[in-house]
Amino acid sequence: MPNSQFPTQPPDSTPPRLDRGASFPASANRSDPVAPAVPPGPGQPDAVTRAQAGDHHAFAQLYSLHKRRIYSLCLRMVGNVGEAEDLTQEAFLQLHRKIASFRGDSAFSTWLHRLAINVVLMHLRKKGLSLISLDEAMEPAPEEGPGRSFGAPDLTLAGAIDRLALQRAVDNLPAGYRLIFVLHDIEGYEHNEIASMLDCSIGNSKSQLHKARLKLRDTLRTYPRQEERR
Amino acid sequence: MMHDPNTLTCEEFQDQLPDLIGTGEDINLHPHLQNCDNCRALVDDLVTIAAAARLLFPFAEPPDELWEQIESAIKGQGNLPDPG
Repeated sequence: MPNSQFPTQPPDSTPPRLDRGASFPASANRSDPVAPAVPPGPGQPDAVTRAQAGDHHAFAQLYSLHKRRIYSLCLRMVGNVGEAEDLTQEAFLQLHRKIASFRGDSAFSTWLHRLAINVVLMHLRKKGLSLISLDEAMEPAPEEGPGRSFGAPDLTLAGAIDRLALQRAVDNLPAGYRLIFVLHDIEGYEHNEIASMLDCSIGNSKSQLHKARLKLRDTLRTYPRQEERR
Repeated sequence: MMHDPNTLTCEEFQDQLPDLIGTGEDINLHPHLQNCDNCRALVDDLVTIAAAARLLFPFAEPPDELWEQIESAIKGQGNLPDPG
């Protein structure tokens, strides 16, 4: 269903970059979030062109090339295997319907990535993540909110994080927090791009990302204690 | 209202953190962090989390039958010739 807030036509965009402060990880040693999932083989441009002309085998080839990237993106954003499968299916169905409108102004992988994000955002909106009033909708209940840190430090992460613990913590973030965290810290979009995608302010995107990280910190600081009790 | 960075309380500093982190400047040079172990620990943890995020979620493989479902749905839309 067309949605004015989440245009199903993915806009062409330059690849997202990180815009963190110097003390935060730079993007230099990180793969471009929208670089092709695989090196663009000699057959790939032809596959896009042929798929645009209705060649089903070429479309199957595009699915094979991009399925892992799109499925992984969906999985990160919704944190649920079943939903991720449904959203991957919907993304490729939309791709099939819209591929003729791909003009080649940006990399095909960039275009497809944005299309998939829009599919996920539409899904989340239908589930009740209102983007009309994102500031309110993304704000978790007070008891879910991250605590700020005053007083003497009791337990820090000491520069090391259990990867599995972090993955679990991200999965358990409230939907709004997870969305911003995945788009910024994992997918590498800038706040202005996220604000555009989610129809919220840049300040809101920054604020939500910060709260997401605080929430993760809270969760991770309790993780060793939970493990010790097991 | 602007606060003097040299006299910020922890609460004021942490209120400004979302913007301070995104400025492109090295937050470790902020005057408040020179004398506040608590906020330094907080910033260090947030840096660690952001760095660790890069290693999260390796690509996952969708189930094989997903393509069959997509193909079937495309066929249902009438856009795919039935090979039979």
